[in-house]
Amino acid sequence: MNNSGWQHLSTPLIDNNPITAQMLGVCSALAVTTALDTALTMSVALIAVLSAASTIISAIRHHLPGSIRLVMQITIIAALVIVADQVLRAYAYEVSQRLSVFVGLIVTNCIVLGRAESFAMRNPVWPSFLDGLGNGLGYGLILMLVATLRELLGAGSLFGINVLPLAVNGGWFTPLGFMLLAPSAFIILGLLVWVIRARRPAQAEADEFPILSREVEARR
Amino acid sequence: MSDLSPLTWWRRFLALPNDSLSKTLGVALLVALVAATAVSVTAISLKPRQQAHVEAAREAKLAAMVATLPGLADILRETGAETLEAVLVDLQTGQIAIDTDPAGYDYLAAQSDAAQGMALVAADDGAGIGMRPDLAPVYLLRGADGLALVVLPVYGKGYQSTIRAYLALRGDLRTIAGLSIYEQGETPGLGSRITDPGWMGLWAGKTAMDAGGAVTITVVRGAGADASQVDGITGATRSSTGVANLVRFWLGPLGFGPFLARLQAGEF
Repeated sequence: MNNSGWQHLSTPLIDNNPITAQMLGVCSALAVTTALDTALTMSVALIAVLSAASTIISAIRHHLPGSIRLVMQITIIAALVIVADQVLRAYAYEVSQRLSVFVGLIVTNCIVLGRAESFAMRNPVWPSFLDGLGNGLGYGLILMLVATLRELLGAGSLFGINVLPLAVNGGWFTPLGFMLLAPSAFIILGLLVWVIRARRPAQAEADEFPILSREVEARR
Repeated sequence: MSDLSPLTWWRRFLALPNDSLSKTLGVALLVALVAATAVSVTAISLKPRQQAHVEAAREAKLAAMVATLPGLADILRETGAETLEAVLVDLQTGQIAIDTDPAGYDYLAAQSDAAQGMALVAADDGAGIGMRPDLAPVYLLRGADGLALVVLPVYGKGYQSTIRAYLALRGDLRTIAGLSIYEQGETPGLGSRITDPGWMGLWAGKTAMDAGGAVTITVVRGAGADASQVDGITGATRSSTGVANLVRFWLGPLGFGPFLARLQAGEF
C-alpha cells in the first residue's frame, strides 16, 4: 500500500475520528456500548456497510445525476443495511435481538452518508474503500473503548466473562449501575475527546461563544 | 443503420449527460432494481436459518414460562413427567384430533393457509387475524390430582404487528397461570413494553372466565382492582388492548372455548 492509501486508512482512527473529532454517530455509540459483544457486532456491521457503500458509490460516481444524488446514496446504503441486518439475524440471532433497531438505524448514521458525500463521490474506488474502512475502524475503536469501560465497571465482566470478583459472590467489586445507563457513555466520550484534544491540540476548535470577563463586558 | 446490440445501447446510455431526463430516470431505476434484488435475495435465502432461531427462541420461552409457574416443579416431581404433553385440538368441535401427528403439524403455516382454516367475519374477529386454523396445538400437564396446567398458543394483531404468546391456565381452567409474549413488532420502547416481565406477570392469578365459561378478562386503565382486570400500559394502550383482545378471542367460542368446555366436563 502506498503512503496516501495508508493515510486514508489511518487518519480517521484518531486524527479525524468520526466520533471524537467529527461528533457523528454518537447516538448509536451511546446505545450499543453497554456490553462488548453488542459493540463489536455493531462495529463489524458498520465497517461492512460503510466500506461497501463507499466502494459502490465511488464506482458509479460519474453516472449519478446531481439532482437525485442523495436519494441514490441512501438507497444503496439502506439496501446494504438491510442485508447486514438479515445476515445478523441469521447468524448472530441472540446479539441481533439485543441490538434491536440500532443495526437498521445505520441508515441514518451520518458517518455513512457523510463519507459517501464528502469522499466517495470525489475519489476513485480504492481510496474510497480505504476511507470507508478507516472510518468504520475509527468508529469501532471508540465503541470498543467505551464498551470496555462500561462493561468492566458496570458489570465487572468483559465479553460476558466475569473478571472482577463481584460483591454478591463474596468478592470486593460492587458494579456501578450508572455505567449501564446512557449518560455514562456521554461522560466517557467527553473524557475521551478531552484526552485526545489535549494530546492533539490541532483538533481543538476555537470557542465560538466565549464567556467574557466582567471588564471586557463593561468596556462594550 | 444504427447498431442495436445491447452493448452499444449501454454505452450510449452511459455517455448521456448526467442531467438528462432519461439518464436520471434510468440510473434511478437501475439502482433501485439492483438494491431490491440484493435485499430480496438475502432475505429469502436466509429465511430458513432465521426461522430456526425464532423457533428455538419460542421453545425456550415456553420452557422458561413453564419453569417460572409456582408449584410446577412439585407437579413435575409428583408425576415424573419430563415435559408437557402436546395434543392437537380441532377448534370447531373442541375434540382432540387423533389422526394428525402434533409433532409434524406446522401451526405457523396453517395460520395463513386458507385450505386449513376458516375465514372470520370482522365482527367475530376480535384478534384481527382474518382466518382461524382448524387445528391448533395445546400443551397439557397432568398432576397426581388431575389436570394441573393447560398451555394455549395464542396470537393476534397489536398496534402494528402480530403478537404471539403462550397463555397458561391453571387446573381449574378459569385462572390464568401465566402469559408469555414471545414475538411482537410493536413500537420499540412503547408498545414493546408488553414483553416486560413485570407487565406479563400482572396476568398471573387473574380470573379469565366466569363459572358459566364466559370470558371476563379485560385490560383497563389504572390499577385493575377486579380479579379479571389487568392494568394497561400508559403510552401503549393499543398494544395492551391488542393483547387483551387476542386472549379474549382465543378463550372464546371461536378459539379454544369448546375445547376448554369439554376439558372442564372431564371428557379427556
